[in-house]
Amino acid sequence: MMDLASHDWRGMNLRFMKREIYQTLDQAISPIMAVVKLLGTWLSPYSCKVIWALKLKGIPYEYIEEDLSNKSPMLLQYNPVHKKIPVLVHDGKPICESTVILRYIEETWPQNPLLPIDPYERAVALFWIKYADDKNPLIPKLYRTTGEELEQAAKECSEILGTIEEHGLIEGKKFFGGDEINMVDIAFCIVAHWLGVFEEVAGIKVFEPHKFPKLNSWAQNFKSVPVIKENLPDADKIFAVLKRRRETLLAPKSN
Amino acid sequence: MEEANKVRLHGTWRSPYAKRVELALKLKGIAFEYVEEDLNNKSPSLIQFNPVYKKVPVLVHNGNPIAESLCIIEYIDETWKIGPRLLPQDPYRRAKVRFWASFIHQQLYETMLTVMKTAGEAQEKAINQLLEKLQVLEEGMQEFYPDEVPSITAQNMGILEILICCLLGPYKLQEQVLGIQIINPETTPRIFSWLTAINQVPLVKDSAPAEEKTLALLKFVRDIALKSSSA
Repeated sequence: MMDLASHDWRGMNLRFMKREIYQTLDQAISPIMAVVKLLGTWLSPYSCKVIWALKLKGIPYEYIEEDLSNKSPMLLQYNPVHKKIPVLVHDGKPICESTVILRYIEETWPQNPLLPIDPYERAVALFWIKYADDKNPLIPKLYRTTGEELEQAAKECSEILGTIEEHGLIEGKKFFGGDEINMVDIAFCIVAHWLGVFEEVAGIKVFEPHKFPKLNSWAQNFKSVPVIKENLPDADKIFAVLKRRRETLLAPKSN
Repeated sequence: MEEANKVRLHGTWRSPYAKRVELALKLKGIAFEYVEEDLNNKSPSLIQFNPVYKKVPVLVHNGNPIAESLCIIEYIDETWKIGPRLLPQDPYRRAKVRFWASFIHQQLYETMLTVMKTAGEAQEKAINQLLEKLQVLEEGMQEFYPDEVPSITAQNMGILEILICCLLGPYKLQEQVLGIQIINPETTPRIFSWLTAINQVPLVKDSAPAEEKTLALLKFVRDIALKSSSA
């Protein structure tokens, strides 16, 4: 890269000088200004996870809201396997699956780390992230089912909360990440925010504060973190959408 | 016994998940103690080390337990920087590998299990899903091996090779038990070449149980599942 300060500018014509300067600046700036795009939807917890990670690390990005009933050609091109959001596009290269995206963000922008540096502590964090990833799809069953199926979903959900309460959270630790949130806290966001909405839609209570006191404290703390608080979809808005969905799903099928 | 730098793997020869970790350790040349667990009579250690799932595999390193095969493999790769790198160094390539690892682990394993454990219409549906997903993987592999699948050795095997090996390494035996073709060299040529190459790696061959043993296990798993579903 050219050293502008010590370059000999004498005798150089203006046009040539401008070109040299711009090329040099471009080389210096482009890794920082490399374009980051996020394809997501406003009410998806998976989409929010990526937004939080980008904001916690101070990474500027362009957000594109997808209409999942009318997926954009861009989404279909970037995620041909699953055709789902979120998709992160960095420098034209797509990355899919929210946990894969978060790991990529962590490895590409190391500031404000979201995973422990110690390999063992990191393995434990990854265990809980995997646990969250495996169990998260079960929790929305609450708003999608009724009767016996709902009872079963509630039971499963209660067991999940019990496991986190008993084995995941350490007494006295404010977050899974210690004093600051990390990727594990982010992974359990459905429990902190969306679960309450599912419960309201279904008319059932599973996350009772007296049954899961540590988890309850954690959820309040998590939602108070400024980046989370300022970037959490409105519960009433989510409620309206899911209530309609529930009605459609449970409507008696006509022959 | 000294705990310092001691590596112990709790597993069972019947579990492909435990097998993943066993292969990862052997590929890295890491000395380890192996504890064969009887899943009908789990050791107190296993329950203590993996209270959430009470399952194998569990790796215990210097007295510290780690559960979940994929987490264990990443831990092994980061802690022992000798031997082959099980994941690439570049963050974008790592993301690609993790995406496909997740695909093989979640989609293929689950569907394969359903194929193994069902019959009739349910099995037919699962078989179609499995074949569709294998096509997706075949296309995905074009990114990794755009020309031909290179020769696979113990020096260049990575996490994707480990995952596919532990699932479909014994595909010929699985096809025998199920009476269907799973790996078709014409429709999934890359996967076929890949599995053939992996199965020829001496370390993989030596780690595989005797064919009769695997065959008996596959038949047993299927019989038990069919009996309990019709009970």
